[in-house]
Amino acid sequence: MSAKEYRTAGSAKGGLLLVREAPAVAFGDRVEIRDHRGRRRNGQVIRCADGEILVQVYEGTDDLDLETTWVRFLDQPLEVALSPDILGRVFSGIGEPRDDRPPIVSDLHRAVSGSAINPAARTYPREFIQTGISTIDGLNALVRGQKLPIFSGSGLPHNRLAAQIVRQARLIDQEAAFSVVFAAMGVSYADARFFQEEFADSGVLGNVVMYINLADDPPIERLALPRVALTAAEYLAFDLDRHVLVVMTDMTHYADALREVATAKGDVPARKGYPGYLYSDLAEIYERSGRIKDRHGSVTLVPVLSMPSDDITHPIPDLTGYITEGQIVLSRELHNQGIYPPVQVSISLSRLMKDGVGKDDTRDDHPRVASQLFALYAHAQEVRNLASIIGADELSDRDRRYLEFADAFDRRFVGQGEDEDRSIFETLNLAWELFSLFPKDELIRVSETDLAKYHRQGDGAS
Amino acid sequence: MSGQGIIREINGPILKARLPGIRNGEQVRIGALGLFGEVIALEGEQALVQSYENTDGVRPGEPLEGLGWPLSVELGPGLLGSIFDGMQRPLTELYRAHGDLIPRGVAIPALDRERTWRFTPAPDLKPEQGLAAGAVLGRVQETESIEHRILVPPDLGGVLVELAPEGDYRLDDPIGRLRDADGRHHDLFLYHRWPVRRPRPYRRRDHGVAPLLTGQRVLDTFFPVLKGGKAAVPGPFGCGKTVVQQQIARWSNADIVIYVGCGERGNELVDVLESFPKLKDPYSGRIMMERTLLVANTSNMPVVAREASIYVGITIAEYFRDQGYDVVMLADSTSRWAEALREVAGRLGQMPVEEGYPAYLASRLAAFYERAGRVEALGGSAVGSVTLIGAVSPPGGDFSEPVTSHTKEIIDTFWALSKELADARHYPAVDWVGSFSGHVDTAARWWAEQVGEAWAERRAQALALLARDAELARIVNLVGPEALSSAQRWVLEGARLVKEAVLQQSALDPVDSFASPEKQYALLDLALSIYERGAELIDLGMPVQELAAMPLLTRCRRAKGNYDSQQVERIQALKEEAMQQFDRQRAQYAGAGESTP
Ligand SMILES: Nc1ncnc2c1ncn2[C@@H]1O[C@H](COP(=O)(O)OP(=O)(O)OP(=O)(O)O)[C@@H](O)[C@H]1O
Ligand SMILES: [Mg+2]
Repeated sequence: MSAKEYRTAGSAKGGLLLVREAPAVAFGDRVEIRDHRGRRRNGQVIRCADGEILVQVYEGTDDLDLETTWVRFLDQPLEVALSPDILGRVFSGIGEPRDDRPPIVSDLHRAVSGSAINPAARTYPREFIQTGISTIDGLNALVRGQKLPIFSGSGLPHNRLAAQIVRQARLIDQEAAFSVVFAAMGVSYADARFFQEEFADSGVLGNVVMYINLADDPPIERLALPRVALTAAEYLAFDLDRHVLVVMTDMTHYADALREVATAKGDVPARKGYPGYLYSDLAEIYERSGRIKDRHGSVTLVPVLSMPSDDITHPIPDLTGYITEGQIVLSRELHNQGIYPPVQVSISLSRLMKDGVGKDDTRDDHPRVASQLFALYAHAQEVRNLASIIGADELSDRDRRYLEFADAFDRRFVGQGEDEDRSIFETLNLAWELFSLFPKDELIRVSETDLAKYHRQGDGAS
Repeated sequence: MSGQGIIREINGPILKARLPGIRNGEQVRIGALGLFGEVIALEGEQALVQSYENTDGVRPGEPLEGLGWPLSVELGPGLLGSIFDGMQRPLTELYRAHGDLIPRGVAIPALDRERTWRFTPAPDLKPEQGLAAGAVLGRVQETESIEHRILVPPDLGGVLVELAPEGDYRLDDPIGRLRDADGRHHDLFLYHRWPVRRPRPYRRRDHGVAPLLTGQRVLDTFFPVLKGGKAAVPGPFGCGKTVVQQQIARWSNADIVIYVGCGERGNELVDVLESFPKLKDPYSGRIMMERTLLVANTSNMPVVAREASIYVGITIAEYFRDQGYDVVMLADSTSRWAEALREVAGRLGQMPVEEGYPAYLASRLAAFYERAGRVEALGGSAVGSVTLIGAVSPPGGDFSEPVTSHTKEIIDTFWALSKELADARHYPAVDWVGSFSGHVDTAARWWAEQVGEAWAERRAQALALLARDAELARIVNLVGPEALSSAQRWVLEGARLVKEAVLQQSALDPVDSFASPEKQYALLDLALSIYERGAELIDLGMPVQELAAMPLLTRCRRAKGNYDSQQVERIQALKEEAMQQFDRQRAQYAGAGESTP
């Protein structure tokens, strides 16, 4: 570590500090900055040329004065200290204690930027996680090692849903065994508090690590936060053999911080002012989830993001959807009808469901029941539209059954209590109850064997 | 060979260095870590270099070394069944040697140098005989299903001096010698190198003559691509681009499959790696992995190598084409490749023209797709093809964006995926209105000869039915179904039958996943025949509800999953049975009604 301090700051704006007459420091290295009041800030080298270094300052460049800013180049990458003691602790976006307790002391330090997992080292995620939520387990199942985001909007209950997942997630025949890494970027004090109390109430606090950057904390720190949190998650999963559930909220604040710095750097914008590398940058984060050969643990990622103006084609949800293995989308319309959790199943998806459900994992009919529910609901939505134009009375008998199905589906299958923990078998049986509205001939996505085994033709199907 | 230089500046993956005498395109090793990179521009003694690897930890003042050659791939036995990264480093070997994470600055040959291969020289080759560039020197049985033909490199030719006898050789053992026109001798090996950005030469380009069969009904029957053709699969996220590509990798009748995961998910490659060794190629009966090769530059790997990975893939594809094979290369996703171009262009301060993309986007895309084709190879009489199928990932699902719109002008088959269909779980979500194929006529000749005379007609009838369905559905949405006549309502039922019995095909259902051309044709014929005969009965006064409730329709919908490609005659039998039922109904209605035949 070099002790020499440089007082050669050339400019400070937009979170970037330009240092002149600097030594040949390495790209990505850590930097320590002392401002005129002697307060310490942290930074990282993001461009270096002979004698001229550009530093991204995590605490921002507000209130820096060039004359009396001292810069020290630490000759090491941005790292965090890791030990089992991180569980139960609360840290800032760059891994400094936020809970008035001493810093983690450990010989083990890891660079937070992480290297890409070799695809040849991965194994395909296939272990079904029961969340107790029908729209997820039944239709968009989550598996260990998956990255499955929640797309939401302001005022929608994404935090309550994320908390319910954390509370209830477990393998079918096991008790809860997830360690939780909670990464909060730019969230309100109330939201951070909500999660903290949730964890405390369900008695898991000792099994949770929190990284918190609040709405009024420096935005640039949000760029480091998910990387710090995932470095911890990887440590818990692949060094300590734990199954780790990482909840990250809100990725929109992360992307906005990235845009802020990109603009300050003068990077060419692609869409809506976000830099062209937003995709790669998000992928560096999301792809850190997964399962690895010969490793017991796993990293499962549930990022939460709010879609600006509920627009799913906005670059942040759009690029996220292109990277993650599906998405759970919340609907304002269902929410306004008082349905919790307001999951809009038609545009939700889990790509890894295919290998995680069925005969050996949940129940034989599960994949076909899901496909059938999707198909029925898709047609039911068309019928709803039609009914809103011509009136329900004008519908054919067949279509009226679909309308009835749509309502029952929203109320009974989608809607459930915040404390209601449905087993996957309850969820599947519920689906068959809804199928009883239809005659067998209408149900071609389930097999004839399934029909013989589970179909109880109800009154609606005469 | 050029020499040493000094790094001056590091800006993410782009570096500036003082490096006199270096050539544009030359490979370099960067800094103390020895990262791999490539020179992309020269300004006097200053070179602009892009690094294929993350540059964290590199500092100004560190050395930079020119290697003297452009980015090249090794071409020879051992390619098949492997997974390479964007610079053709073997990922399985890297995993064995370096663990879970991809290390930096590691040089490791693409092809195993220790392994021996049984080489059988071409029987007709004699010393002092002329040897053209690209000629076949002999063969190595690389896998049970693929015989690897050992070629004279395309930039070499002359007279054979000597050729090794049949025997076991390693890649670095010379297997022959050749004297070029200047009298210089060159050793020949089981492999050679070729620069990836230079298309491999061929003697002549030919027209495509046969469709690439994918086993996917909506592709083969409705929007065929030819062997040697170029196709694009655009679609919003989650609509099924990767599934379409993986299905083609599984079920197409290509000899060799090259799957390039370019800026996409690691798990998708793992899916192929884990499932292909368990699957059998329906044509050869051999393990699917034996004909497959993967190039992986996942989204979290450095962006510059992503740009290279596409060229690595296509060059390997051309190499197997030159051996006389039909190769299909799947690139998922070309948008990520274009974004890599954009990122480098941005860092170089090049003027963006549309959505940040540089002006040369269209020409790069065109030049890349131009490497597809059916050709007569250089050396002898072999004819091979490269079919190129690229996924496109338009931001926000907007097909008017630059990559989609430029691609659309270049390719000849366009499989447009629709979010509406995907949301309704109509898979594959290929939208029959927005998709097209420029090769229906050629495909029609093949289908007429091989499968069914009436293919072109049946295809057109189905598309016409779907078009009428769309028109009528619009009316229904305005004024309700009551406004439709019985015949019109039967059109809706008929279209539903075509969608459910023919177009929708589940990749997850082991029976439905693959359909032989015969099965495809039988299903289409079944659905259309039911529609046509039903329409006759409607004319005779049979109520639509009664027709639509015939259990036959359900059996038609279930046929795709109940009968596999070996059981086509059961589908045909179902049709016969249906026709008999219709005959009986017809007799009833005709007898009862006033309209006698
Ligand atoms: N033919 C099919 N049969 C069954 N399911 C399908 C089929 N096609 C697509 N799907 C479903 O759609 C999901 C998404 O498909 P896929 O991953 O291919 O989308 P994509 O277009 O490649 O998305 P992205 O651009 O994000 O990579 C699959 O995981 C699968 O559940
Ligand atoms: Mg995909």
